[in-house]
Amino acid sequence: MPTMPKIGLLKGLGLTLKTALTPATTQQYPHVKPDLPPRTRGVIALMEENCTVCFQCARECPDWCIYIDSHKLTVPPKEPGGRTRTRNQLDRFAIDFALCMYCGICVEVCPFDALFWSPEFEYSEYRIADLTHEKERLREWMDTVPPPPPLEVGATSPKEVEDGHKAAAKAVEEAAEAARAAAQAQQPAAPAAEGDQQQAAGAADEIDQATFDRLVAEGKSERVARAKAKAAAAKQRKQSGAQAAEPAQAEAQTAEAAGQAPAATAAPEGEAATFDQATYDRLIAEGKSERVAAAKAKAAAAKQRRQAGRDQEGEG
Amino acid sequence: MESIFTFDSLLFTVLVKVLVIVAFFFVAALVVGYLEHKVMGHMQDRTGPMEAGLGPVKHGVGQLVADGAKFLQKEDIIPRSADPWVFALAPGVALVPTLTILVVIPFGPGVWAENLDLGLFFALAASGVTVIGVLMAGWASANKFSLMGAIRDAAQLIAYELPLVLAGAAVALQAGTLSLVGIVERQNELLLFGAVPVWYGIPQFVGLGLFFVAAMAELNRPPFDMPIADSEIIAGHMTEYTGLRFAFFLLSEYAGMVVLSALATVLFLGGWYPWPGAELPDGPLGAVIGTVVTLAKIIILTLLMTWARATFPRLREDQLQTMAWTILIPLALAQIVVIAIVIVVLP
Amino acid sequence: MSETLASETSAGGVLPGAPGEALQVEVRGEGELQTQDMNLNVGPQHPATHGVLRVVIDVDGERIVGAQPVVGYMHRAFEKLAEHRDYRQIIALVNRHDWLSAFCNEVGVALAVEQMMELEVPERAQWIRTMMCEWNRIMNHLMFVSSFGLELGAITPMFYAFREREDIQHLMESATGGRLHFTYTRVGGLKDDLPLGFLKASEELVPVVRRRNQEYRDLLLGNEIFRARTKGIGALEPEVALDYGVSGPSLHATGVAEDSRVTEPYLKYDEVDVAVPVARNGDSYDRFQVLLDRIDASCDIIEQCLANLPPGPISAKVPKQIKAPEGAIYVRTENPLGQGGYYLISDGGKQPYRMRMRTPSFNNVQMIPHLLQGELLSDMVAIMGSVYFVVGDVDR
Repeated sequence: MPTMPKIGLLKGLGLTLKTALTPATTQQYPHVKPDLPPRTRGVIALMEENCTVCFQCARECPDWCIYIDSHKLTVPPKEPGGRTRTRNQLDRFAIDFALCMYCGICVEVCPFDALFWSPEFEYSEYRIADLTHEKERLREWMDTVPPPPPLEVGATSPKEVEDGHKAAAKAVEEAAEAARAAAQAQQPAAPAAEGDQQQAAGAADEIDQATFDRLVAEGKSERVARAKAKAAAAKQRKQSGAQAAEPAQAEAQTAEAAGQAPAATAAPEGEAATFDQATYDRLIAEGKSERVAAAKAKAAAAKQRRQAGRDQEGEG
Repeated sequence: MESIFTFDSLLFTVLVKVLVIVAFFFVAALVVGYLEHKVMGHMQDRTGPMEAGLGPVKHGVGQLVADGAKFLQKEDIIPRSADPWVFALAPGVALVPTLTILVVIPFGPGVWAENLDLGLFFALAASGVTVIGVLMAGWASANKFSLMGAIRDAAQLIAYELPLVLAGAAVALQAGTLSLVGIVERQNELLLFGAVPVWYGIPQFVGLGLFFVAAMAELNRPPFDMPIADSEIIAGHMTEYTGLRFAFFLLSEYAGMVVLSALATVLFLGGWYPWPGAELPDGPLGAVIGTVVTLAKIIILTLLMTWARATFPRLREDQLQTMAWTILIPLALAQIVVIAIVIVVLP
Repeated sequence: MSETLASETSAGGVLPGAPGEALQVEVRGEGELQTQDMNLNVGPQHPATHGVLRVVIDVDGERIVGAQPVVGYMHRAFEKLAEHRDYRQIIALVNRHDWLSAFCNEVGVALAVEQMMELEVPERAQWIRTMMCEWNRIMNHLMFVSSFGLELGAITPMFYAFREREDIQHLMESATGGRLHFTYTRVGGLKDDLPLGFLKASEELVPVVRRRNQEYRDLLLGNEIFRARTKGIGALEPEVALDYGVSGPSLHATGVAEDSRVTEPYLKYDEVDVAVPVARNGDSYDRFQVLLDRIDASCDIIEQCLANLPPGPISAKVPKQIKAPEGAIYVRTENPLGQGGYYLISDGGKQPYRMRMRTPSFNNVQMIPHLLQGELLSDMVAIMGSVYFVVGDVDR
């Protein structure tokens, strides 16, 4: 027996009306890309250089969607009279994403860090066969792999990360040692070098807030902005380091080496993130996703740097 | 007053009237459908259609046009065991009555196709014909779910046509005329306690509620959509339909919302008058203002139907029948009695 | 008068609807008043069955006089497949039979293997597992809150519940990398530790879920139409429920507070307060109310997990190739839909000799014929929507 309308019906009406008057939570997906966490299992990327064709991934895959072909390559001896060696040359590495169940076991078992997850997910195809990504395509995804997220408070870092931290600390320690030696040799250079030292120690996470804000305002993704800001901060540090080191340079050869050492340790961290704006703009214009473009631009910048380094060496 | 669509040539007059009605029918259904998409979307914390647009205007304004184009391309499937003629005719039979009601509905002073003396009678009678199309569809589909839907629809219509007619009868009683134009004009002259100008919706608030609920039930609008309850009987009589024929059923639902909202506006909410006792200027200006006012009232009523749809679960068929026969119909009868007594007692 | 008619459509047999068999249809009355039951196939492709459960019902008008669920349309041989997969692969596999309780399934298998290997799982991993189980439970319940509303014709709860589900999925994705199939558990612990910001995000999300849960009460529980549709519909007696092996919210709605989180605690459930909401009548309304109450109860457990999470490692030392020692074990867990059981027999190899899963949905579906008897066709959706099953979990 139905009852006459009561307060319960009105409550529901009130809720829908209230919802109608508040902004909707809909994400305008193709226009606004989702902000995916770095651990998202979107697509598997292959770092081809690291692959030793050990077949671990293909064996562990629960639905056998990884295809690997290889042949043995004879490597001539390094020294005359030495033994020739053989190594595996990867001919084909393909993942059939139509079969893949995105469990991540292959990424987990890879002993040589050749497989990574990328959050990229826009690779649907009209033909199912096109979902088999060959190694060239898988290598391209590598550009979109984000760094792993920092862990929550109380977490125990994996051994590799711990080792990395120790190595970094050791390098900083050595640089400081050198700086102190230099300072003892030449008094005026000491403060500058030590100042640099402190900066370098804290530099790893330091970002240039102004740059960051500007880039975010320009509509860059937070990830890109952070990387660029970090680079900017590193650049500033380097400049100040160079300025500080200048008097020392004039006065003592040893001091120069010491003054630049900390800046040099900070540089890779910052420079790895610098990227080539021209390449980035071009790729965006071509319709590539922001993430891909940023990664590729980064790679281009690194290439230029390497080229520049070689040129300098050549001149030297 | 003559209809503004009246010309010297009878043939031309008929042609113009038919064109105007058909054009209004489609445009109104599209507008109401679009509003429902958007408003219900926002009530459900989403945005509704955002892409299909007309030119630079996006926000899905062209969504229903695009849907229509899609329906046109769909294969027109007639099941092998279906009764092909009846199956093919049913959507038309369901659609045409709604179209014919538009003939008698006045939208503004002079803005109507025909001012029948029996306008209200005609409108309510025509609205009852729709069910024949539904029964035809349900029977001809040769599908158990279709048949159950059609029978539910027929049962529902019988139960709800009655409160609808009784609520309308009370209005006719008070107005002393069955002409819809006459009802609007009489209504505007009504003075409550001899002083306060009101529309029939105030003294007959019970009738207004009954009419509105019965209209929703007759249109199979949630929470009274048992004949097409998707989780129980798939889509009722529309289960086997595809393409344009399916679109016709959808169109008749949206057009039905417009037509019954228009009837409620005319009967209870003062028709084309913006407020009780208002006077509109003569000539084209009055016609335009009147039409805008009527359309605004219609849209508000259709939005109320959308609101109910977005909020309520559906009733059960037997609960609906119980509600109709034990609550709505006695209420409607009681109201007629009260109105009749008041009219006799108060001159 | 009663006789058997051969229906025009070919159907019937052991499984109703098998080709070439006659339907058993009852004929009543005589002459012009003679009526005959109609045989109605609900599913496997029907909007009410959310999945491919098929229920063959006999109806007299709209009244259901007989019903029989037909299962197996989604049988994917998970148990057989598990005999040919190692334990890590099985964890990826059991994510998928009940796709709405992926994490709870993973934990069940991992617990079974760990207990066989007598592994000591680190505290932190156990707390995180407990918390994730509860997040998963909320996600699962929200899904059924939405679908139950939808089956009764209220379309709005669907969109509201998916809004919260989306938030929780995003949270889970940041830790596990998956939105539905988490594959986060490993034998001996977890795949990774939580990412920075997860705890804060969890803390902020819990009150949101609580507040929204109240909205469902306003929208549905308090609604007169909803009450008219569900009160007294599909009432299940506690004895019958226990006989059928019904578990989870459907059992709690009958007043039996059997919940292995309390009666046989696993993970860290013995160190937190687990509220088991129960109701009395066992009808559709009670089942739905219990479901909403369980969301609140899970919120409480998550808050306790957040407060108690200790620092430390998240994985025990395990050999590279995991091999369970010879023997058998049965582990039961309280999955979102009810009692989940994992019976594992190992011959000492890296793959189980046999794995048998006791899934709650299968037992819950069994009571459908009992509940449908004598109800109206419209009540069928109110009952089937509140029995809470996942077809993948029924068929496996």
